[in-house]
Amino acid sequence: MNIVVCIKQIIDPEIPAEQFKLDPASQRQLRGGLSLVISAYDQNALEMALQLREKAGGKITAVSLGEPEAQGAVKSAMGMGIDAGVLVSDPVLTGSDSFGVALVLAKAIQKIGPTDLVLTGCVSGDTGNKMVGPLLAEELGVPSVTFVNRIEVRDGRVLARRIVEDGYQLVEAPMPVVASILSDDTNVPRYSKLKDIMAAARKTVPVWKAADLGIDLSRVGSAGRRLEMRGVMPVQRDSRCEVVTGDTPAEQAERLANRLRELKVL
Amino acid sequence: MVDVLVVAEAQGAVPSRNTLEVLGAARRLADASQGTVKTAVLGGPVEWLAAALFGGGADEVLWVEHALLVTPEPDAIVAALTQMVPDAAAQVVLLADDSTAREVAPRLAHRLQAGLVTEVSAVQAEAQAVVFRRAIYGGRCLAEIVATRFPVVGTVKLRSFEPAPDRSEQPGVERRIPVTVEASLVRTAVVQRVAEEVRGVKLENARVVVSGGRGLKGPEPFQQLHDLAQVLKGAVGATRAATDAGWVPVSWQVGQTGKTVSPDLYIAVGISGAIQHLAGMGSSKTIVAINTDPDAPIFKVAHLGVVADFKALLPPFTAKVKAMTET
Repeated sequence: MNIVVCIKQIIDPEIPAEQFKLDPASQRQLRGGLSLVISAYDQNALEMALQLREKAGGKITAVSLGEPEAQGAVKSAMGMGIDAGVLVSDPVLTGSDSFGVALVLAKAIQKIGPTDLVLTGCVSGDTGNKMVGPLLAEELGVPSVTFVNRIEVRDGRVLARRIVEDGYQLVEAPMPVVASILSDDTNVPRYSKLKDIMAAARKTVPVWKAADLGIDLSRVGSAGRRLEMRGVMPVQRDSRCEVVTGDTPAEQAERLANRLRELKVL
Repeated sequence: MVDVLVVAEAQGAVPSRNTLEVLGAARRLADASQGTVKTAVLGGPVEWLAAALFGGGADEVLWVEHALLVTPEPDAIVAALTQMVPDAAAQVVLLADDSTAREVAPRLAHRLQAGLVTEVSAVQAEAQAVVFRRAIYGGRCLAEIVATRFPVVGTVKLRSFEPAPDRSEQPGVERRIPVTVEASLVRTAVVQRVAEEVRGVKLENARVVVSGGRGLKGPEPFQQLHDLAQVLKGAVGATRAATDAGWVPVSWQVGQTGKTVSPDLYIAVGISGAIQHLAGMGSSKTIVAINTDPDAPIFKVAHLGVVADFKALLPPFTAKVKAMTET
């Protein structure tokens, strides 16, 4: 079974508020010295792919669209045990919207070769559009299942556990299929062994350009966006937290309840 | 003039709360620009539902009819909406940002060659344009996104819009729109549906939510949260850390990938305040944080904070609240 996992490198989203800075020119977060990570649910997708390969065999390729530094993300996926990796990086692709990203990833997957299963994270930790998985399925002309936290493969079909509001659904779909992955206690990303990280660091990750993929440039980059991003404004959170003190937990409990009553919440 | 098409969801003759919120957003957008609100209902006519939708803000109800739309797979919904949206002649198509929309909205936008904004928290008409706002960077920022080509599709973040004022007196128009959906286009099949048992009030409708996080260190302490929630007639929620650990069902998760709640009172117990969690509860009216770590980021968003071990704090707090609410 051939699996492709799409991964996105982002600035660590869990940094403290005071380290978050916007670049007024690009309307994007300034990296500064902050660390880069693979977006959380993409890591769950990588783990899921590794477990599927352990059961059914096959090959896993990680693909990322990003800046040249995103080679690091592809290499850390390989350090986890992913067989091969590709980076698509080209200045003409900067500023693409989710439709552009899905087009590029679809072209890259077609160039990688016949693929049975494509996994993405269900939402990225930065822009959080939740769009790329289903859009990728449209570009590839295959079915899509979103918010999946477990997958079984049987006779050319997948059985995916799709999380919905009141529980879950077991969804059956023929392969090839795109699944967007949610975290679960069964897909906690494994730790890479130091020797595997070192071995991955020595590998070269092929870097593909838009021209290598025959991409219609009118559909990507800032010019290809379907909607205009007019501005990004920081949200001021009301951070005046009133601390309820007391010598004992019972006293704190009493004061908290009284305060809530004064505020007419209780 | 902005005409809006709302894709509605109903239980029998009653529109869902999510749909009423989307109608609220649509009504305001249409009213500000002398436009109309149309509502697409998948399946076929349901007695009394049209009246309820007119009351909720719709001018027109479009019954999108096909046998495959009765309990539809996303493929069928996408195919049907792709056919009928051009017919409805709306500039803006709005859906509630729920599990169906996650699947349907991107693919619908793709087929209509339309733009898409997910998790819309504000929308307004400007001259020749519609401007959407949505949170990005886990709620640290708001992005303003402008559509000047139509149609454009939006999924409306839950608990961000009030339903429209009741318009039951207003007459409306009903139309039946037959569509063709080839069975072969439906590639996925739900082979089993499993609903988690709900104790008491549903999380997304609760006016009080008591949530637990990593600090609970296991499933057992959630019983203390239940006891408090019961006294407050509220629901129990959890962070991703707690659901990922398997302590409580995934359907309890509040956050970016879980439920969005906006209760009058949110009590965060042993929750550090990860960005992904704040995205699901940040708009709660009053937030109380209980945590042993005074530097936990949750205290940056909380209105009232208690630096304490929840195990010692919750029993006397629950008892006190019980005494208060009984008098």
